[in-house]
Amino acid sequence: MKLNFLTAHELQGLLKAKKIDPAQIIADIEERCRIVEPKIKAFARAPFFKNVSFAPRHQGELSGIPAVIKDNICSDGDLTECSSRILEGFRPPYDATVVEKLKASGSFIIAKANMDEFAFGSSCETSCFYPTRNPWNTDHVPGGSSGGSAASVAADEAIFSLGSDTGGSIRQPAALCGIVGLKPTYGRVSRYGLIAFASSLDQIGPLTKDVRDSALLLKVIAGHDEKDATSVDIPVPDYPALLGKDVKGMRVAIPREYFVEGMDHEVRQALSEAKNKLGSLGVTFGEVSLPHTEYAVAAYYIIATAEASSNLARFDGVQYGLRNSEKTNTAQPPLIAMYKETRGKGFGAEAKRRIILGTYVLSSGYYDAYYLRASKVRALIKDDFDKVFKEFDLILTPTSPTAAFKLGEKTNDPLNMYLSDIYTISANLAGLPAISLPCGLTKKGLPIGMQILGKPFEEEDIFRLAYQYEQNTVWHKAKPKGL
Amino acid sequence: MRISKDDVKYIANLARLGLTDSEVESLQTQLEVILEYIDKLKKVDVSKTQALTNALYVKNAYRPDNPKASIDSHKIIAVAPAHEGNFFKVPKIIE
Repeated sequence: MKLNFLTAHELQGLLKAKKIDPAQIIADIEERCRIVEPKIKAFARAPFFKNVSFAPRHQGELSGIPAVIKDNICSDGDLTECSSRILEGFRPPYDATVVEKLKASGSFIIAKANMDEFAFGSSCETSCFYPTRNPWNTDHVPGGSSGGSAASVAADEAIFSLGSDTGGSIRQPAALCGIVGLKPTYGRVSRYGLIAFASSLDQIGPLTKDVRDSALLLKVIAGHDEKDATSVDIPVPDYPALLGKDVKGMRVAIPREYFVEGMDHEVRQALSEAKNKLGSLGVTFGEVSLPHTEYAVAAYYIIATAEASSNLARFDGVQYGLRNSEKTNTAQPPLIAMYKETRGKGFGAEAKRRIILGTYVLSSGYYDAYYLRASKVRALIKDDFDKVFKEFDLILTPTSPTAAFKLGEKTNDPLNMYLSDIYTISANLAGLPAISLPCGLTKKGLPIGMQILGKPFEEEDIFRLAYQYEQNTVWHKAKPKGL
Repeated sequence: MRISKDDVKYIANLARLGLTDSEVESLQTQLEVILEYIDKLKKVDVSKTQALTNALYVKNAYRPDNPKASIDSHKIIAVAPAHEGNFFKVPKIIE
């Protein structure tokens, strides 16, 4: 068995027993990339295998195990461009906290993963480089925005990867690529060094081949960081050690608003089978209502674009990336003209759309009607969850209403693209942790994912249910064919 | 909500975003479609609700005021598109 097909915890065992050395892992990954990367395009640029120091300076949980990180996570001296022209050539002079933590645990970065520009998208098609393709069928999208992070793991070009999730950007591509993706509780993982999209929603999380790796990675990257004032000082449990606990008697809620029209019948079928399987393991179910669900997408696109338009103000041709001031626009002061030209040239269509929408909803006279109202609806969405969690431990839903759609299918219909995040957005608005894991395949052979949402800072309960489900099913073992 | 081309241009100026005429045109229609969808929030009764910005944990993050080394400013300046000495260089702003 080539080592690139293994999980981090499997490699950990082999490395500890000295049956393999880290150079072999890199060699197998490199060979795999040579064959499949031209078809998948998971990476934002060529991986760096040559200058990697795989004799880790630190010994820890991930000693000798390589990492792939999304192109919006800063790593010292490496190109970090958010798949956007406006950050062309940007090499951050520091490591994000999650990168520091990976390195401290003995891991090292081999590649930056392709993504939707600034994480604006659900298909990886808004990347300024090229779209990433789904390893299960290259006519289909891998999901987004962490599409490259998901595709690299699904195609076994990576052992694990990190992504970021603002409205589903880890969970939806994980579902579409048939792997495990976790969005931790808001505040669980430091966002220092993550290039900000929407600061009240963003969270970094792992994309892995199984639940045990997800638990292992969260243990490594979680924790308080004084460089991120929103990171929370609550002890980090030993997640992998808690995986084996019985799920008998766990109470799982099924929200009726998530099982409505628009959901593909194969997704519905897979969820119903997953529910039966969990029932046979002793889980009890109850139907609940999350009445404000239908307003989540609207509230999200106000809050997320408002925050994005503010966060993206820093890309103005002064501090980093692109500067464009070729045209002399005499009607305006040269500095203003430079800002406009740089931003006009540097941002792609979706980024422009979101900057315009976000600026509009924050502009004078509209703030109360849009941003303030959306923030109030957000409170109601959170209240819905609080009520459910008084009686239930977890919530089970599909991750995405459909399996992977085709490239180009939704690019001309932004609203339709936004609606593909309908099941994942609420967790970000309420700050809740949620995982996506594989629970079936469509007749055409595309993966289906299910989502488990938990109480704040209780990721261990999510892992426990996900692990028992995984260990009693075969879906996590399924691999894309014909690559 | 009707959005005119001038509305789009006005917003683009606030955002310091250069747009071509065809971009203004397509954003005009797209913005209308999205705002029409977003208008569904008007149906929600929020009269008794407080706005929520941080979903979980609102606590001021104090820390001891201990000076320590930060990133070398030369490294920060070095990644800028234009710099002179230890300063960012921008087009002339004062005649």
